[in-house]
Amino acid sequence: MNKQGRPTSIAGASSAAHETFTGNRALQLEEALLFELDNPGACGVDLDEPAPFTARLGNFERHGRIGLPSVSEPEIVRHYVRLSAKNYSIDAGLYPLGSCTMKHNPRLNEKMARLPGIGDLHPLQPVKTVQGALELMDTLAHWLKELTGMPGVALSPKAGAHGELCGMMAIRAALIARGEDEARSRVLVPESAHGTNPATAALLGYKVDAIPATKEGRVDLEAFKAKLGPDVAAIMLTNPNTCGLFERDIIEIADAVHEAGAYFYCDGANFNAIVGRVRPGDLGVDAMHINLHKTFSTPHGGGGPGAGPVVFSEALAPFAPRPYVVHGTDGFRLVETAEDAKADGTTPFGRMTAFHGQMGMFVRALAYMMSHGSDGLRQVAEDAVLNANYVLASLKNDLSAPFEGPCMHEALFDDRFLKGTGVETLDFAKAMIDEGYHPMTMYFPLVVHGALLIEPTETESKQAVDLFIATLKDLARAAKSNDKERFTGAPYLSPRRRLDETAAARSPVLRWVPPAPKQAAE
Amino acid sequence: MRYLPLTETDRREMLGVIGAKTVDELFRDVPERARLEGLVDLPRRKGELDVERALAKMASRNVAAGSVPFFVGAGAYRHHVPASVDHLIQRSEFLTSYTPYQPEITQGTLQYLFEFQTQVAMITGMEVANASMYDGSTGCGEAVLMAHRVTRRKKAVLSGTLHPQYAEVVRNLSEFADYELEVMPAAVPGTTEDIVAHIADDTSCVVVQTPGFFGELVDLRPIAEAAHAKGALLIAVVPEIVSLGAVTPPGEMGADIVVGEGQSIGNGLNFGGPYVGLFATRQKFIRQMPGRLCGETVDADGKRGFVLTLSTREQHIRREKATSNICTNSGLCCLAFTIHMSLLGEEGYKRLARINHAAAVNLAERLAKVPGVEILNQAFFNEFTMRLSRPAAEVVDALADKGVLGGVPASRLLPGAGLDDLLIVASTEINTDADRAAYAAALEEVL
Repeated sequence: MNKQGRPTSIAGASSAAHETFTGNRALQLEEALLFELDNPGACGVDLDEPAPFTARLGNFERHGRIGLPSVSEPEIVRHYVRLSAKNYSIDAGLYPLGSCTMKHNPRLNEKMARLPGIGDLHPLQPVKTVQGALELMDTLAHWLKELTGMPGVALSPKAGAHGELCGMMAIRAALIARGEDEARSRVLVPESAHGTNPATAALLGYKVDAIPATKEGRVDLEAFKAKLGPDVAAIMLTNPNTCGLFERDIIEIADAVHEAGAYFYCDGANFNAIVGRVRPGDLGVDAMHINLHKTFSTPHGGGGPGAGPVVFSEALAPFAPRPYVVHGTDGFRLVETAEDAKADGTTPFGRMTAFHGQMGMFVRALAYMMSHGSDGLRQVAEDAVLNANYVLASLKNDLSAPFEGPCMHEALFDDRFLKGTGVETLDFAKAMIDEGYHPMTMYFPLVVHGALLIEPTETESKQAVDLFIATLKDLARAAKSNDKERFTGAPYLSPRRRLDETAAARSPVLRWVPPAPKQAAE
Repeated sequence: MRYLPLTETDRREMLGVIGAKTVDELFRDVPERARLEGLVDLPRRKGELDVERALAKMASRNVAAGSVPFFVGAGAYRHHVPASVDHLIQRSEFLTSYTPYQPEITQGTLQYLFEFQTQVAMITGMEVANASMYDGSTGCGEAVLMAHRVTRRKKAVLSGTLHPQYAEVVRNLSEFADYELEVMPAAVPGTTEDIVAHIADDTSCVVVQTPGFFGELVDLRPIAEAAHAKGALLIAVVPEIVSLGAVTPPGEMGADIVVGEGQSIGNGLNFGGPYVGLFATRQKFIRQMPGRLCGETVDADGKRGFVLTLSTREQHIRREKATSNICTNSGLCCLAFTIHMSLLGEEGYKRLARINHAAAVNLAERLAKVPGVEILNQAFFNEFTMRLSRPAAEVVDALADKGVLGGVPASRLLPGAGLDDLLIVASTEINTDADRAAYAAALEEVL
């Protein structure tokens, strides 16, 4: 029992005298792997056998068993429903993953994405049969440009990190056009940046040079200026930054970057904190990706899909990649190939992906934008910031906060409050699972020790945030009062206890293999 | 505002706790001249009904693929998706969860990723697969980068039958990253001998698509042999994954990396995205793989469980030394793939492939009888190329006016290559005999 009189172990229940037929007890579901459900002869679809036609397959006909299991439709449905019951989701409760932004996903957006006139279109249908789809893309582009105050946009990048790649390619294309590509080989990246930033710069052959943070959790302006030089191609900066803070010197940084002949890439992962209140174009940004799922709520489906459109300044807009939509006299056109672009008089750098990008995400994001409108989107930023500051103010005496507020859309804490308790950041986070919450982001950003980054988002009510705060206060008190077991053994009540990640990495098992056939009896 | 739960009273109380008079105070770190005082120049908020109307109006200006006889492919294919697939992926617990960073409460996602990896490895004939890439084209780019890491060479050879947009993604990535690329000219329908001649001692990999862009099936064996003899890797690209239900998988023909577009299984056309990239390779290369991997392990009670693993390859740990900058996968799309593939099972998958092939053969035979049509392929799966007596772009346009979406003119993706009379036609299980008859009749009128 814990201090609230709640059981912290299910040992009593699981050591029942008899085994159940399925292995399940109540909703403590044990679900076999799909491959273990194999029932030869069963099938989840009804398909007629065609007349034999293999002559045109040449010598390429597949022979032998693939190994896929045979399972009927009802058993498949149960399999995935049971698996779903082992997942935490934003629809089930608060999901305060800082920097990941888990907010409400309206089902209207899902409904719109499934309209046959949107979801059931082929990317290479004749352009005259997809005028509405091109209008939708054009409308989304217009909203993104207005909200960021930037004149160019590329819709096609498939995720935030893909958008970073797109933005940095445009920067490199601009430097090539200026004849300065060889000379500019360094990219400045603050210590607090997302790991994707240095990875992206390195992918394009740039040398990554880290900028230290100040005691206040912001870019060290003096250190940054000292690093600027004629060999710098760009700075990749996140604003609001990953400590949840607004970079106060941002305009000075942008001016210095431009004066040095370099470009300013802004990681726009945290745009939800300022949407409708600050336009990145007014800060001097040259390129910024926008994670549509973060600011405009497209569902993240257990790890994707994402969508990472990139907005561009006047200087970089001419290099934005293909394809793009133009509105001509006879409706919308799609500029797809280098030849099309040449006829259109533009110099895009190329193509990020086959086809036109994440249409399914475009429609969800646009539905969300239209629902909120210019007034609602401003409110989005205000409520996101209000909720985060409320968390920071309410918990700063119970947890430990490395930086003074105000914060933007997320509140950062560190592990000083756990000093001497024997409880680590990881243990503290795992104990939250038993209290019914998905843990916050842990150990990021790297600039503080044992970081706990909380992002409530604007779609949480005060009541929900109050309960969450009360839970964290209780956990902090428990940690300090030597209730160590509540943390180091946690979680107790989840479908699985703590998983051995070291063993998984040491001898990786990445797929199921059929059990070896039993040796014939001697 | 229906999505924002805070009331004015809440906001006032919360500001009180924070110790701020107005919410503007919380934005005080924003330089004054960058603060937007009024609203941006965009429409105000709309209710659900109005948003539905506005988007439905746009949707109504499109011709949905399912509403007409439909034969468009070239890297995206319309298949029938069982109803339970969309129902299951829309369950909140799947749809609205994030990357499984906390394995104890995301076993649902992790287990299906593990099952997905197993299915992809099986159908491609490879040893291991990752938990999906953005799509086939970007996965192809990642495969080339991986081959550079494995071989420590920097020069890739792309076959002339690689999808032109895939080739462009690879070219773009290579040019900016200072890698060398040899892109062979488009070949119709394509042979293998010309590729072999291009493999040299400094080649890191050869990229070959099968079925090729023009539909022709490719014998990978001599290419694999030639590549391996020079210490290079063979990357096989499979844009129509249904094909592997009927066709010998690249893994059995010596491929070292197989990338595929998984859209065909479980996922709709979506006007080009989101799709799901399949990526499979040999066990010995797992530490060089890009993307996310799910691995089996045990929990503190010794029960089987799953976690994301080998993350020391990834950007969030390795930063500028990571194998790739990818930070996401196509989780929900690979869930749709894995559910549909589970429903098909061994027999269903093979049968679906046979039905596709039979439908394409039937269509090819019918269209070959239309005056002015020549079918160029010898061996194909569910897509083939016709030479027409008129420019294909005009023909497709005229067919659309007659209510038939008849394929992709090669010139749309390869302008200026002298291929104006080529039309790439795909057929799947969705086509009825009436659809094929309508196509043949319309084509005869147009030519």
